[in-house]
Amino acid sequence: MSADVTKVDQAGEPVGGAASGTAPPTPSGPPVGGAASRREGGIAGFLSGPVGRNAGLVLALVLLVIVGIITAGDRFASPENALTILRLGSVIGVVSVGMTFVISGGGIDLSVGAIVALSSVWATTVATQTMAANYHWIVMVIAALVVGAVCGLVNGVLIAYGRMAPFIATLAMLAAARGLAEIIAKRRTQIIRDRGFIEFFGGSVLGIPVLVIMFAIVAVVGWVLLNRTTFGRRTLAIGGNPEAARLAGIRVQRQTMYLYILLGVACGIAAVMIMARTTTGTSTHGTLYELDAIAAVVIGGTLLSGGRGTIVGTVLGVLIFTTLTNVFTLNNLDTSTQAVAKGAIIVAAVLLQQRVSRTRSG
Amino acid sequence: MSASLSRPTKRVAVLAIALSSALVAAGCTSNDPATTPAASTQQTGSDAVSDNDAPGKKVVIGFSGPAADHGWLAAVNKSAQDEAKKYSDIELKSAEGTNDASLQISQIETFINDKVDAIVLLPTDGAALTEVATKAMQAGIPVINVDREFSSPFAARATVLGDNYGMGVSAGTYACKIVKDKSIANPVIAEIAGIDALPLTQDRSKGFADALKACNQTVDNRVAAEFTVESGEKQASNLLQAAPKIDVLWNHDDDQGVGVMAALDQANRHEMAFIGGAGSANAMRWIQEGKMEATVIYPPTQAADGIKLARLIAQGKGLSDLVQVEVPNRIVLNAPVVTKENVEQYLPLGFES
Repeated sequence: MSADVTKVDQAGEPVGGAASGTAPPTPSGPPVGGAASRREGGIAGFLSGPVGRNAGLVLALVLLVIVGIITAGDRFASPENALTILRLGSVIGVVSVGMTFVISGGGIDLSVGAIVALSSVWATTVATQTMAANYHWIVMVIAALVVGAVCGLVNGVLIAYGRMAPFIATLAMLAAARGLAEIIAKRRTQIIRDRGFIEFFGGSVLGIPVLVIMFAIVAVVGWVLLNRTTFGRRTLAIGGNPEAARLAGIRVQRQTMYLYILLGVACGIAAVMIMARTTTGTSTHGTLYELDAIAAVVIGGTLLSGGRGTIVGTVLGVLIFTTLTNVFTLNNLDTSTQAVAKGAIIVAAVLLQQRVSRTRSG
Repeated sequence: MSASLSRPTKRVAVLAIALSSALVAAGCTSNDPATTPAASTQQTGSDAVSDNDAPGKKVVIGFSGPAADHGWLAAVNKSAQDEAKKYSDIELKSAEGTNDASLQISQIETFINDKVDAIVLLPTDGAALTEVATKAMQAGIPVINVDREFSSPFAARATVLGDNYGMGVSAGTYACKIVKDKSIANPVIAEIAGIDALPLTQDRSKGFADALKACNQTVDNRVAAEFTVESGEKQASNLLQAAPKIDVLWNHDDDQGVGVMAALDQANRHEMAFIGGAGSANAMRWIQEGKMEATVIYPPTQAADGIKLARLIAQGKGLSDLVQVEVPNRIVLNAPVVTKENVEQYLPLGFES
């Protein structure tokens, strides 16, 4: 029987590991800023709690929206533009949700972009498309998910059981997966012939695009999984303090492997989404997704070292970057300036995070 | 007095050095040349002014192209913007270039939301952008497809591109001529292609292969680069290793050709007849010097033509020199071969890499 050793901090959010240097065990109850904690009270205490962290991100998002309205007026503030922003962010959003799990568990995955490319290529080969034409387009979706899961499995096995550093193992996968994608596709763009597939994923339900709904579902499922299930607790435990988690009876290696498989499946879903958005599968899909996903996860508040993860933060992070891109597009500003701005935002967000978490641990 | 500087003095010194080097670095970021070179992307051909050029109804044109990671694309963007500036009745909305298909799709979606009068689109990948272009057409916005073709005829009102197949044929015919003139017994013919995923690259290769077949030759070595200088250098180095002797080399694109020439210089391999493509100013200068045999023009001004067509379509006009009232839906620009004989004529039109 695996003992679930978890500590709960002031706001009821799981904190990883038995030996982390924060508050002594307290019952979950009073909201942030309550007594019996070694944290500073007041503003710093509020800011370091989960509500406070997300409030900071929401504030940043609101500021961006204001800038957008000032510079682009009702071109920005229209419902169509909101949908454009959401559609653009959906694909990277799904990958980022998966990445949150891996990073919370103490790992990292540099191969997500390549996995998306490989899944999209595999799902759109002539063989797969013929099968889909004979049965149903769901065959392509299944193919993408399976390829993503298998790549995640390879990553997970290498890292958990092969004891490779996650950076190295996923770096190898990055190169291999993209190379394999190029070989299978013969470096051509593979066009999707199945109109049913394109129309399903390109359509809307009640005015909301299917892609956005998929992102929403993945985010909700991710949140429930991370915050309300023992799977999530175990993830945070092995991220915060793997040795303590192992001593507490958690199967660290198996859990690590599951996390990479989960991310692989998320990449498969993202592949389906990008296939629908561009009606093609190609080895050039997913370029630099790993950087965008990691950036979104980090500014969302998830610790790069593991042990604390927030899906809400990740979603806010994705929205911040996508809104920034949109404001730039509406103002005809060049993507190079935008890239510099992105870098500055990441640095600012992480520095702020570090200050706040230092306050937290006294 | 102590032999070394005191702490405060050291700190001031370090700060002073850091500040002054920052200032020097800041002063070195200016990138505008002192004098504009004569061979820029000016149009020296006659700008035939017709009734069509008279200002008409104001039109808003949305223009989107890929990230200008090589000179040809930069020339495309610049020529489009310069062309739009010539007309007082065009308001040009230019979406900054990107190689990310998903991002370019969202740029087109923004144009649709803005209800522009026409869209001129050079897609980073024709097939990937077909769906959103079709949506624009269905929303009543005419789309002009430049260079990289969509995969559906319903996605654009008009398509402007260079003659890719013709480029390959011109290069292949010229290669045959070289083989015949020099009486080479078993010629080794090599090809450095551009981005293989694009149909236009496949068209060019097919044209080349077909023209070679006519003189009973085949391509012996083929590699594919990505139109960038770096990829050109890398692939050319690989090619030179694979083929110890090459008689004719056709490189699809003169921007990646800068890298190819660098690889040739490094390996000191100039035994082959080097043919280029696209018609950059560099290539033309090499032809004058004799380092290169010939190049085949693939005009970057096709985006400017796209802007002109977009304006005509949005204003409901046709091409003035044709009898038909409407704008044609497919214009394939000519692909002339530039050699030492006529390079003076084409040099002003060459674009900088």
